[in-house]
Amino acid sequence: MAVPILKQGNYLIASIQAALTDADLLELQDNLVNGVGRFRSRGVIVDVTALDVMDSFATRTLRTIAHTIKLRGAETVIVGIQPDVAFAMVQLGLTLDTVATTLDLEEGLALLNRRLGNGADHGR
Amino acid sequence: MADEICVQIKSERDIVEARQEGRKLAAEVGFSGVDLTLIATAISEMARNIAVYAGEGEIALDSIEDGSRRGIMVVARDEGPGIADLERAMQDGFSTGMSLGLGLPGARRLMDELEVSSRVGKGTSVTMKKWKR
Repeated sequence: MAVPILKQGNYLIASIQAALTDADLLELQDNLVNGVGRFRSRGVIVDVTALDVMDSFATRTLRTIAHTIKLRGAETVIVGIQPDVAFAMVQLGLTLDTVATTLDLEEGLALLNRRLGNGADHGR
Repeated sequence: MADEICVQIKSERDIVEARQEGRKLAAEVGFSGVDLTLIATAISEMARNIAVYAGEGEIALDSIEDGSRRGIMVVARDEGPGIADLERAMQDGFSTGMSLGLGLPGARRLMDELEVSSRVGKGTSVTMKKWKR
């Protein structure tokens, strides 16, 4: 199932709607990394609120997405990791390293606005 | 008590089904909240091990009882290459090839019990149990 990507100003917002296969995750990676160039985006938000499992592959792919997008000159924020999912990740020893995370989409947009010096047109 | 559920793993696409079936059975057994996520995540890791290392295999799920305790048992079986150095495979930070997964020590932390039997060239069987508190 493909992840819809919404363009909002100079941000791209990917909202994961349901459980993703490894292939879906890799497709999301390609679409975001290419999308940053096509839309000249400065920030990317990946909303994982709907994910009930973040296993080693999902975590590694999100890390790769964030680091690759950084090399393309944009910032990535992962938003909405659920409490149970966060606990399971810690138990499993998974980490997102230096990748920015926020509680939800609103906080993610606020973080990007602060980091990129964007004004009121993005909400805060 | 539910009968054993068996999910065939033939590619990475089957991983999602395995963990969803596991979560469903765990909920029927009476697990809730974070335990459901821990069980589903452990199944996901073991199913991926099968897809990556053995190519194919199966995840068998069953409810278990021990006196008044109830729980869930997950058996991940394959006829893949097997694990040559089981002792090392059970140590944190050890993973062969493709660096996918954190493997067995991680899954053991998510569940209550984890046992592995493996023969080189014959296959691997990982049995995991989690008991309701």
